[in-house]
Amino acid sequence: MEVFVISLVAATLRVATPLIFGTLGELFAERAGILNLGIEGTMFFGAFVGFWVAQVSESLWIGLLAAVLAGMAAGLLMAVFSVTLGVNQHVSGLGITLLLIGLSLFSFRLIFGEPRVPPSIRPFTQLNPFPGIPLLEPLFEQYALTYVALALVPMVWWLLYRTDFGLRLRAVGENPEAVDAAGISVFRLRYLALTIGGGLMAAGGAFLSLGQLGAFTYGIIAGRGWVCIALIIFAHWHPVRVLWGALLFGGVFALQLRLQIAGADLPYETFLALPYVVTIIALAIAGRGAAAPAALLRPYKRE
Amino acid sequence: MNIIEMRSISKRFGPVLANDAVDFTLAQGEIHALLGENGAGKTTLMRILYGLYTADKGEILVGGQPVTIHSPGDAIRAGVGMVTQHFTLVAPLTVAENVVLGQTDGFRLEPETIERKVGEAAERYGIEVDPAAQIRHLSVGERQRVEILKALYRNARILILDEPTAVLVPQEVDVLFATLGRLVREGLSVVFISHKLHEVMTVCDRITVLRNGQVVGTVHKQDTSKLKLARMMVGRETFGVERSQQPITGEPRLRMEGLSARNSKGLEALKGVTLTVRSGEILGIAGVSGNGQTELADVLAGVLEPSTGRIIVGERDLTGSDASQITAAGVGRIPEDRHKGVVAELTVAENLALENLSDFVRQGRLDRERIRQNAEQLIGEYTIKASPTDRTRTLSGGNMQKVILARALARKPQVVIASQPTRGLDVGATEYVRQRLLEERDRGAAVLLLSEDLDEIMSLSDRIAVIYEGRIVGVMPAEQASADRLGLLMSGAKEASLDEI
Amino acid sequence: MRFRLERSPAPYWVRPLIPVIALIITFLLTASLIVWADANPFEGYYYFLIAPLANRVSAIEVLVKSTPLLLTGASVAFAFAAGYWNIGAEGQLYAGAIAATWLGLTLDGVSPFIAIPLMLIGGFIAGMLWALPPVWLKIRLNVDEIVTTLLLNSVILFLVSFLLNGPWRDPISGWPQSPEIAAATVFPKLLPRARLHLGFLVAMMVIGLMWYVLSRTRLGLTMRAAGLGPEAARYAGINVKRTLLTAALISGGIAGLAGVSEVAGIHFHLIEAISPGYGYTGIVIATLGALNPIGVAIAGLFIGLIETGSQNVSRALGVPAYLGDVVQATLLLVTLAALALQNFRLRLRAPDAAAELAAEEA
Repeated sequence: MEVFVISLVAATLRVATPLIFGTLGELFAERAGILNLGIEGTMFFGAFVGFWVAQVSESLWIGLLAAVLAGMAAGLLMAVFSVTLGVNQHVSGLGITLLLIGLSLFSFRLIFGEPRVPPSIRPFTQLNPFPGIPLLEPLFEQYALTYVALALVPMVWWLLYRTDFGLRLRAVGENPEAVDAAGISVFRLRYLALTIGGGLMAAGGAFLSLGQLGAFTYGIIAGRGWVCIALIIFAHWHPVRVLWGALLFGGVFALQLRLQIAGADLPYETFLALPYVVTIIALAIAGRGAAAPAALLRPYKRE
Repeated sequence: MNIIEMRSISKRFGPVLANDAVDFTLAQGEIHALLGENGAGKTTLMRILYGLYTADKGEILVGGQPVTIHSPGDAIRAGVGMVTQHFTLVAPLTVAENVVLGQTDGFRLEPETIERKVGEAAERYGIEVDPAAQIRHLSVGERQRVEILKALYRNARILILDEPTAVLVPQEVDVLFATLGRLVREGLSVVFISHKLHEVMTVCDRITVLRNGQVVGTVHKQDTSKLKLARMMVGRETFGVERSQQPITGEPRLRMEGLSARNSKGLEALKGVTLTVRSGEILGIAGVSGNGQTELADVLAGVLEPSTGRIIVGERDLTGSDASQITAAGVGRIPEDRHKGVVAELTVAENLALENLSDFVRQGRLDRERIRQNAEQLIGEYTIKASPTDRTRTLSGGNMQKVILARALARKPQVVIASQPTRGLDVGATEYVRQRLLEERDRGAAVLLLSEDLDEIMSLSDRIAVIYEGRIVGVMPAEQASADRLGLLMSGAKEASLDEI
Repeated sequence: MRFRLERSPAPYWVRPLIPVIALIITFLLTASLIVWADANPFEGYYYFLIAPLANRVSAIEVLVKSTPLLLTGASVAFAFAAGYWNIGAEGQLYAGAIAATWLGLTLDGVSPFIAIPLMLIGGFIAGMLWALPPVWLKIRLNVDEIVTTLLLNSVILFLVSFLLNGPWRDPISGWPQSPEIAAATVFPKLLPRARLHLGFLVAMMVIGLMWYVLSRTRLGLTMRAAGLGPEAARYAGINVKRTLLTAALISGGIAGLAGVSEVAGIHFHLIEAISPGYGYTGIVIATLGALNPIGVAIAGLFIGLIETGSQNVSRALGVPAYLGDVVQATLLLVTLAALALQNFRLRLRAPDAAAELAAEEA
């Protein structure tokens, strides 16, 4: 039994890792007042760029770095549309998602063709920073990036609530007029938030291609970006609750895999769908008013 | 010593001269009121001082030195702070976080540190506020104190307050005045923009009255009275009465009983309004904007639900009815915002038909012929310079208003609610609208006219009521109304103070 | 002297040129991809845009490919006419596909004259039902419809997966796909020896109806009023919330029809990949078509051309077919940018921050 639980928790952490990266990335954007629907495409793009550059450079870490840079570029693109041009954020975000997915698939096909055996690389190996505890061994065997993700949560919290930058970020998502009146550039803040966010999202995607899979496939992201959008609402836009939400989703996913193997009767899709349904209910109950950054979705024009 | 001198400031917005060679001085350590009606130029002048606008002509001196102020940043550096009617506070953040926003150096931010710093500042200036409290839990008065603290934290020596008591309850007003008094004794200089006479006489040392962009005069409190100030505010001219002087004998067509309503911010904007308008009369409601006229009009139009009270049109109780029911009951409504009256991107013909679509629909289908005919007829009748297929957005303000008028009056309503009907219109359009309202009255409609333009009220109305802070503070036949009397009531003075000269 | 990008409407002659400008810029940008694929851009665009129309078979294929796109484009455009963003067209499409599959498996032996209308009605209703929760939440609780529709898009995919791996798993092949639908429920072909099926006719009719409703009916006028000026519409007595509800439900139904069309006209059974994102492409089409029915038809056909052309250019020049996806997305983004920039003007001096304000406040 203990083995089951330990392995479940270990799997949960693994599954939650890309969600943590992606959701924290979206958190930056939304706390600044921008809904970035480009997240799905950015994660996809990060997965592809990470894989490709890792393959070419034969270094996983360089691949990861390239992915982060690619994600930052994607965030910048979103900033141009939603901040400078003030275009409808939903459409521009979806457009960027479509663009990045298309670009990734096009490039992958062009570079790697359609081989029978998909190209792969040696992925990250899991490491154990706390060896020697027999029972908990599987729990601590995680990818380095998982530990990074876990460490990111308190770091983002600290950045948001204990630094000047974080204060300005929180302010601009609630009341950009107040920020402008204080002589701070709303545009610069939002550009920065989207760029950082994009980098994080792409890292989440790269984790999947460089860490778990060691390959890049069409379905590598499979809607995780939208899950992150839902997770943010779930987490009431708070970094620490993002962690709990990601673990919850991750746990459900890991659980249903094990239940399948154990031969459970309920269709596993029920478990997969459950978090989404619960989020919709949570939205209905919370209403969106209370917790969402007040300036979310409203482009800022200096009147 | 004059800490602020504004010399010969002029500012034009399109055709309107908002400030016309205005001279204004602020002495060190005084509270100086800027008094005037809407459109007098008070806010414009102070926005120039705070760098939100730039004057076309004139100069500004701070502490005797000429300065250029092109942005709030410049103004703050010159020592000027401003508390506007719309607070720039971030609701979920704490008081301390709001105060230090943009004023911190360094990357790290410790709540304890900033709360301590802000707490010290608050104590020094004698402002009672809890640095750790979240803004959204604070009352309006407390939030205003935070805004003041923000300005002081940035070392403001001059504080501009724009209609500060508009959102406060009486007790909070007392606290504000006490705070101001304390600050001024310590060397702060204050400009107090207001239209409320009794407040100005209570707390201010000197008063400058503006009218139509020009300075009428600057006086010391002890040398003047509310009556004199009111007269300066609204002018001495008597207004030509062009309407027939028949006594009003029609039956009551519109009755408001005890109407109360909350505005969009949840504040009580209407407090028990009771009025009757008879057939064949124009009842004008005079008042400075922000005293409840908007909410009264919205309630009568069916777009705002009253919290208590009744609305009776003819014999029918229309309380709680929505806009379509009210229109169907024979009420013609002219909204104060033209963009609520027409959908700008629709055509003229579509807008003219929009209120009464059932008349133009057969089995779900639009009868376009009828819509076009209706439009052509109304265009002719109301001399609208447009064709039925023009997009309403392309019309001039005057023609847009005619479209709204046509739609409201086409079916010969028994009650007409006209809100600021000539606001922003040129002379020709204004004349037309006023003439039309008189014609409606002669036809037997009961017309309720809400206007900030005292001229308009006095020349069109048969009876005049004054609204102040959501209540009706006086109703009189037009013959008994004078600019002085109305001015006093509009500014909150009680009738009794007519005796003081 | 400073340069500033100022908000003020561009000269009026810019507006009609925008689609052309957007197309040119798009093709310039995506030409780089063709070059990367070691092909000549002009050749590439020939195979991409011209060749598909050059012969009967492939021109008809363009129409086939356009069919679901016209429907989802119409769906999104219709909702947005009332100011409601229907991002859930993808999910509503699947709902329609599920309904069509169920009916297709049930209506064996029924006359096609009954079966096919039932398919259409069933798919429409299914799409409506799937569109209901987000719009209801928006009207009642002011919950943003974007997130709820996106979430529901994912949920229905799980439902489809469940059905195809469970009760509807094809017993013969064992693959996660449904059994074939009954012959009576298959959409008839419109032309011999071609794939063009009834769905295309339905799509054209829907667009025609959409034009009719929006321009000639009371509902259309109230929808447009609600979408273009909700406050003024409310003032004029229009029930904006009810109008939104109607628009959203009809929009969902139209998207459901797209699902029916794919099941009954192309695949004849339900598969998980029945829609490679047609719902999202519908948003692209609705935006490109400036949300009016004629524009939607043109944009839908154009995107259908792109989809066909992308396979063409892949076969002929070895350029990956995903070029089509990139072109579509780029076109959307460039169009958005162009529309936004038409509100700007390059100003030479820095005017007053508030010079445009009327002296309402003074």
